[in-house]
Amino acid sequence: MKRSLENIENQFEMFQILNEKGEIVNEDAMPELSDDDLKEIMRRMVYTRILDQRSIALNRQGRLGFYAPTAGQEASQLGSHYALEKEDFILPGYRDVPQLIWHGLPLYQAFLFSRGHFHGNQMPEGVNAVSPQIIIGAQITQAAGVGIGMKKRGKDAIAITYTGDGGASQGDFYEGINFAGAFNAQAVFVVQNNRYAISVPVEKQSAAQTIAQKAVAAGIEGIQVDGMDVLAVYAATKDARERAINGEGPTLIETLTYRYGPHTMAGDDPTRYRTEETDNEWEAKDPIVRFRTFLETKGLWSEEEENEVIEQAKEDVKAAIKKADEQPKQKVTELMDIMYEELPASLKEQREEYEAKESK
Amino acid sequence: MAQMTMIQAITDAMRTELKNDENVLVFGEDVGQNGGVFRATEGLQKEFGEDRVFDTPLAESGIGGMSIGLALQGFRPVPEIQFFGFVFETMDAISGQMARYRYRSGGTRTMPITVRSPFGGGVHTPELHADSLEGLMAQQPGLKVVIPSNPYDAKGLLIQSIRDNDPVIFLEHMKLYRSFREEVPEEEYAIELGKAEVKREGKDVTLVAYGAMVHTALKAADELEENGVSAEVIDLRTVAPVDYETILESVKKTNRAVVLQEAQKQAGIAAAVVSEIQEKAILHLEAPVLRVAAPDTVYPFSQAETVWLPNHNDVVEKVNKVMNF
Ligand SMILES: Cc1ncc(C[n+]2csc(CCOP(=O)(O)OP(=O)(O)O)c2C)c(N)n1
Ligand SMILES: [Mg+2]
Repeated sequence: MKRSLENIENQFEMFQILNEKGEIVNEDAMPELSDDDLKEIMRRMVYTRILDQRSIALNRQGRLGFYAPTAGQEASQLGSHYALEKEDFILPGYRDVPQLIWHGLPLYQAFLFSRGHFHGNQMPEGVNAVSPQIIIGAQITQAAGVGIGMKKRGKDAIAITYTGDGGASQGDFYEGINFAGAFNAQAVFVVQNNRYAISVPVEKQSAAQTIAQKAVAAGIEGIQVDGMDVLAVYAATKDARERAINGEGPTLIETLTYRYGPHTMAGDDPTRYRTEETDNEWEAKDPIVRFRTFLETKGLWSEEEENEVIEQAKEDVKAAIKKADEQPKQKVTELMDIMYEELPASLKEQREEYEAKESK
Repeated sequence: MAQMTMIQAITDAMRTELKNDENVLVFGEDVGQNGGVFRATEGLQKEFGEDRVFDTPLAESGIGGMSIGLALQGFRPVPEIQFFGFVFETMDAISGQMARYRYRSGGTRTMPITVRSPFGGGVHTPELHADSLEGLMAQQPGLKVVIPSNPYDAKGLLIQSIRDNDPVIFLEHMKLYRSFREEVPEEEYAIELGKAEVKREGKDVTLVAYGAMVHTALKAADELEENGVSAEVIDLRTVAPVDYETILESVKKTNRAVVLQEAQKQAGIAAAVVSEIQEKAILHLEAPVLRVAAPDTVYPFSQAETVWLPNHNDVVEKVNKVMNF
């Protein structure tokens, strides 16, 4: 009898353009990016790294609420985002706040999201996205729906959704990629495989050797990408986007990456489940370090430019926190007002009660 | 005896039953090496091995369905749903399947499953981590729903839940996990399910509560006492089935009642308790039975949490209303 698995697994070799030393190892796959584009990608990665550091510090000072650190995942998050257009619709997970920010969500609103204020979830006009999903996997079937809707409307745009290696175990993940395939949705599914779902290593999530190969069963394209290589992530997403728009079907992109920090700032202790050795191994693959080397070799980047970005990020954070602080505290009556189009009688009565309480 | 927090008492209960019955299995997301995100299963994998205490892939529906399958193989699963807001992912496994198996099989199959899960507000979690969804569970015939209010009860109730041959939803209020310690016997003991406890005797009004609201009721009772109102406080401990006997006995004595729940007012446990009181004891009542509950919105964005959650002032206010009716 012919065994099916062998032939599948060896198809999924990691796609890489820029290696750990910052050398181009796959010239043919090099995407068309101008020098300005390359510099902009670097700026965004550096900026986002600083934003992460500041967010962690603010959280420790009790000035931020729920926060899921992003350091280590910049290439996966920002490389894929850089391949998007404004019209593309993002359905992010809780760790994907950077993509929202670069899609147009003002920083102070990102902070309000973290602080549990609903203004943080109100996407400004023209920002095609929903707020970060807390229920793991729920966004994936929705992304298929958005991608199917775009096709029906004849739009030149895609839905892109993000989840993690753990998220790829949810039923919603399989249903989402299957629906996308069945309806030929204009959708791209990114799985940021950072090797852990809180404490559970990816090896325990599935017997499959890669997450990318799960595309095969859904009848869609799948690719495994070096998630620490911003050029590879960009190229893979760009290609997936074009094919989706051309009616050639959805794509599952698995990016191999790592989160340097804790799962969230709510008491996770990575030393309980990861070794320093593994941490070091992954930090040696750092997306910013290798991209910096690449740009420096091309004469496109200097320490001064980097410092400028760092200062800008710090200033922006300061201003955004100030603006977030100025936002009036969330009221229960406001929550009531966004429950239904029209307040039911029972809620009207309760609203009066709370109005009295809140004006005390 | 040892001083334990509620979370330690819960770990202790699982340890006891893992020792007593080799069919007991403990599993869920992060419960193995990490000992659970709240450390409820701390040390259990080390003590009992990966065969009996283990991590699952990240999928609540899978966890629920696997529990059913393991029960069909004679195991006694104790799955954890990491936060109870994620129960929607496994509603079919719980309400559509495990709750009905005994019935569906004409009484020939049992589902001795205990689904443990943290819930409850006041700890500033992101969305869908804090909701009180016990009313949803209680509406499903075939399930028992247990909510301890203190470490001592948590241990005895969890041991009994694991031994019970029907599916039990065991809900652990996050705010109570480490808020206080009390004496908890190291030896094993079980507390019967479906039995309420009178936490404080009184003669003027009955306060019915469960979970964290028991402490809210007790605090209100202290304050009321200073104003000459003597409140009796009942801790339901099991919200499905409810021990109406204890409630009715108390109401027939005090002739007044206020029912508390942290959940939203619409539908819910408190509504069921109020109905039962008026059906069975209306002629004993001196005043309408009132409820203290959260307003009918989705669980609040965390900034509005403190105002949204019912507190002891709300209880005092409602008691004053029934006293002055
Ligand atoms: C339905 C659901 N189950 C469980 C959780 C709790 N939880 C939050 S993050 C997480 C791990 C997710 O891991 P992964 O998908 O790999 O993403 P990462 O956090 O590594 O980015 C878990 C179990 C949740 N938020 N939603
Ligand atoms: Mg992960």
